[in-house]
Amino acid sequence: MNENAPAKMGWGHLAARCPLRARNPEERHPIFDQIEKFLKNKTGVAGLIIIVFFTLAAILAPLLTPYDPNENALYEQLKPPVWAEGGAAKNLLGTDDMGRDLLTRMIYGARVSLTLGVVSVGIAFLVGSFLGAIAGYYKGWPDSLIMRIMDIILAFPHILLAIVIVAYLGPGLRNAMMAIGIINIPRFARIVRASVMEEYGKDYVTAARAVGAGNRRIIFNAILPNCLAPIIVQASLGFGAAILDAAGLSFLGLGAQPPMSEWGAMIAQGRQLILRAWWVMTLPGIAILFAVLGFNLFGDGLRDALDPRLRD
Amino acid sequence: MMKKFVMLVCIFVFLGAGSALAATPKKGGTPAAEPKKEAVAKPKKGGTLVYGRGGDSVGLDPAYETDGNSFMICDNIFEALVFYKDESTALEPGLATSWEISSDGLTYTFKLRKGVKFHDGTAFNADAVVFSIGRMMKNRNVKFSGKGWEIPKQERPPEYWVSMGMDDTVDAIEATDEYTVVFKLKKVQAPFIANMGMDFADIISPTAFIKDPKAFVRNPVGTGPFKFVKWVKDDRINLEANKDYWDKAKGPYLDKMVFRVIPENSVRFLELKAGNITMMDFPNPADIEMARKDPKLQIISQQGMNIGYLGFNHKKELWKNLKLRLAVAHAINRKAIVDKIYQGMGEVAKNCIPPTMWGYNKEVPGYDYDVALAKKYLAEAGYPEGKDLPEITLWSMPVARPYNPEGLKVGVAMLGDLGKIGIKARIVSYDWGTYLKRQREQGQDMDLFQLGWTGDNGDPDNFLAVLFDGMESAAVRTQWQNEDFHRLMGEGRTTVDQGKRAEIYKKAQQIMYDECPVLPIAHSIVVSPELKKVRNFKLHPTNSVRMKSVWLQ
Amino acid sequence: MTGFIVRRILAVIPTLLGVTVVIFLMLAITPGDPAELLLGERATQESLDAMREYLGLKEPLHVQYGLFLKRIVQFDLGETIWTREKVSTEIKERFPATIELAVAAMLISSSFGIILGLISATRQYSWFDYISMVGSLIGVSMPVFWLALVLMLVFSLTLGWFPMSGRLGIDTNLEVITNFYLLDSILTGNGEAFWDALRHLALPAFALSTIPLAIVARMTRSSMLEVFRQDYIKTARAKGLSEFKIVMKHALRNGLIPVVTVVGLQFGILMGGAILTETVFAWPGVGKWLFDGVVKRDYMVIQGGTLLVATTFVLVNLVVDLLYAVINPRISVR
Repeated sequence: MNENAPAKMGWGHLAARCPLRARNPEERHPIFDQIEKFLKNKTGVAGLIIIVFFTLAAILAPLLTPYDPNENALYEQLKPPVWAEGGAAKNLLGTDDMGRDLLTRMIYGARVSLTLGVVSVGIAFLVGSFLGAIAGYYKGWPDSLIMRIMDIILAFPHILLAIVIVAYLGPGLRNAMMAIGIINIPRFARIVRASVMEEYGKDYVTAARAVGAGNRRIIFNAILPNCLAPIIVQASLGFGAAILDAAGLSFLGLGAQPPMSEWGAMIAQGRQLILRAWWVMTLPGIAILFAVLGFNLFGDGLRDALDPRLRD
Repeated sequence: MMKKFVMLVCIFVFLGAGSALAATPKKGGTPAAEPKKEAVAKPKKGGTLVYGRGGDSVGLDPAYETDGNSFMICDNIFEALVFYKDESTALEPGLATSWEISSDGLTYTFKLRKGVKFHDGTAFNADAVVFSIGRMMKNRNVKFSGKGWEIPKQERPPEYWVSMGMDDTVDAIEATDEYTVVFKLKKVQAPFIANMGMDFADIISPTAFIKDPKAFVRNPVGTGPFKFVKWVKDDRINLEANKDYWDKAKGPYLDKMVFRVIPENSVRFLELKAGNITMMDFPNPADIEMARKDPKLQIISQQGMNIGYLGFNHKKELWKNLKLRLAVAHAINRKAIVDKIYQGMGEVAKNCIPPTMWGYNKEVPGYDYDVALAKKYLAEAGYPEGKDLPEITLWSMPVARPYNPEGLKVGVAMLGDLGKIGIKARIVSYDWGTYLKRQREQGQDMDLFQLGWTGDNGDPDNFLAVLFDGMESAAVRTQWQNEDFHRLMGEGRTTVDQGKRAEIYKKAQQIMYDECPVLPIAHSIVVSPELKKVRNFKLHPTNSVRMKSVWLQ
Repeated sequence: MTGFIVRRILAVIPTLLGVTVVIFLMLAITPGDPAELLLGERATQESLDAMREYLGLKEPLHVQYGLFLKRIVQFDLGETIWTREKVSTEIKERFPATIELAVAAMLISSSFGIILGLISATRQYSWFDYISMVGSLIGVSMPVFWLALVLMLVFSLTLGWFPMSGRLGIDTNLEVITNFYLLDSILTGNGEAFWDALRHLALPAFALSTIPLAIVARMTRSSMLEVFRQDYIKTARAKGLSEFKIVMKHALRNGLIPVVTVVGLQFGILMGGAILTETVFAWPGVGKWLFDGVVKRDYMVIQGGTLLVATTFVLVNLVVDLLYAVINPRISVR
């Protein structure tokens, strides 16, 4: 590892660094061990299955249901689910008070929830990793400054901060995603900072520096790919939390606005109907529960497989 | 001096005509249970009435409040010089036993009721009236008969007083003796006497106010049938009977009243079903059916003096296009909205005044729900299939109002209907205060807006001119500029003969139908579910909640 | 030890300052005139001018911040737009309700959480362990507001065991002293009110406790398992001590040390969750008030409420850390 080392370092070249770390060059890359280990973890796999299920539902939504989620049919309002008295196969999970098919809205709700998960975790991930990497790599005052700011963000109970941010930005799904992204920045910043500090003294970093790679290159091409494991774990857990927070914001009327089929907003709508149509309120909640559960199980499983040190 | 006529009788005739609503037999919404024996049954004293409502009061100083939840309490603690009669906007003597109007219409002399005491034991007199009303004036042109008080500086503007332009109307207030108050006006103002019956003109105890002007809003002292006891924020307000109330013949019968805040309509209704509260406001329309079936509940309802409508932003070039407005009007299935969102508690509106009001034009055909016709108009407007039409905004009300129980749902329904003819729209909503403020600004980000109106005095002018004559003032919420309509409104106001006025307003309604400045949606039926034991509660057209004569079986 | 405590207390100061900076900046960078935002749409020109003077809007930003800080130190949080009441008075009336709810939820979550975790740890891989761990996973995955509604649907609506909303029944009379209703009813020896207040508290507190309960249970379990692997437990086992004695006497004390931190940290989650729970149950606390403030865009309420909740959170964390130092011998040595 010297003259061609920097070229091998990169996001896509995870395997390239294995000769450095694996004691025996003949051994296969540890990622395979980790995958194998993960697959043995029953709950983790269950989580993965749930995630795949929701992802497929979100992608294939128009194929899965003949209805439009926002198509009103007022005269069809509040039809109960098929198994309840008065239900019909036409609307498997019944209809809401606008006569919209509840199952359809829940399927499209998966789209909204997954999208907002991707966006808000994406924001938190990018900004958090960036800040964390800077703090961990440069140490000194950038570290103190960044980490102080992270402490301040953490000084607010997180849903409160999200609510306040939305209060100033104005309600709406886009602002809700932004707010949730912001409150999750410290999550990533802290982990990346710790990992970077740990990796900092290692051979390959020293080597890269010896070859004359710039700081930016070292951080982003060498160090970050090496601390992906905890970041991925955090992202998965963060995904679940983001879905929960967004549902909370929408429930309060600060997130998704009508007629968007967002699970939290659907619960808020169902709350008015609690007496007459229990299904409108309860079923979207179960969707949230399972989606979040999926990401939590998956995150836990990943953590066990990738980074046993992080176990609680 | 000025020659005065006793005009009491005339006033009653005049105002009685103005509020023909009171005399009109009620259509639809027959009360589910209407104990006929009530008149005979002797009211029973005692008991606690718990009123469940959607929000807490803001403050309890009637001069400064603007919201129904505050007035709801003020209605029972305070009284004004004149009262509105039960279930109508006709006037009757209140704290004033009689009044005279000078021939030039500029001087009003009120004779006050004697022997009335405020809840704090101080006497009600002319100086109290001068103080209560005078404190709202910009130039305190007032004269007390006795020692009087130094009126403290105002903390904030008295909303109603200002918005009704009272400073331009009232010149001076004088107490000429202990029980006589004279109002001098700057200009003739026929509704002035009726205005003196509104909440903002309630009489407060000056002694209590002076003691701590800032705290009065939390510790109101009036002459009304109930006394203020305690206020637990966001939870409850307790009142108790005023044992020394002057009009014992009419009440109060209840010992105590509790106004409880239960924000969710559905939860509030459940509390009613469970018997934890006695009455409630703003039920979900869909819960009414359940209330009908419940043997423990009865429903009081009244044809509302109201209109809910969908407005077009006439300040925006796009909506000056009549064909486009007509396309929207024919695209929206208002019957489905009334059937399934109002849950039948209302009727589809043809005109913008309620059908129970004099001057209502039955001949106007109304806009049919007709998708093909809507599409045709859309094409004629220059946007076939909605092509080239930008996404429009549909402002939907965030709160339940008598004329529109669920604005957001109505908005969602309209969104779907507009989509069917190719108009892409999205819902916009703000908190109610912001909504009203921004609506008035008529920004370019507003295309369609939901609003409505509950009448104040039963006159068509109070609907048609106030709401739709954009040429009259920039404050009119529909900034529609139509010369003919504007001229008719002016004629209507200066014409005395009611028959002639009716013809004028009928013409105006025809113009509105042709020009479609707004799409009338519905006139709702105002409904109040309550426990069967409640007696003698009457809905008032102005939505005030009056418990003076209510008793429990 | 003293050194640690002093350092820890001093570390709170920059955090609290940071909190005030954030709250200050949020209003400052919101488009529009801050005076107008704070006073609402009904403000007159005079009151706007007075407010501009009060906020020091003509001064540079850092001077404005200084004024802001000065007002906070003097407990002057301004007046709400909506009710025109002092923010500090509004908080005084509502904070006890929130604390009562949060403390109740904390008691439920820590006691049940520790018990569940303990049993799970002693019977690792048993059915009980399995179910309680799956249960705790579900617990952290559940939307609190949804659970609150389901609880309401089942226990108030269908079964009628608990009241649906509020803190006290209408017929219940209680002389309010501290505004903590349970405490007040004890102080006045009012058994009926105590029972009534407890029934009102039950559902919201339980709903609020689920997430912390799940976290505490998991934490207790893993921490206890860790302790069980230690040598001294093995020694105790070898000595033939009963399992119960081992757990209670030897393992528990050490096993619970990390749990204390977790319990403390949950308080913040509780304060946040209280916003949703209070809204669902119409619980007249700070959370609901703050949310109403957001809906009504009452920036004075938002500022005051946020400051209160964040400060409480920071201080609770401080107390937890100090407590941790006291009970954990390893830190006190340092």
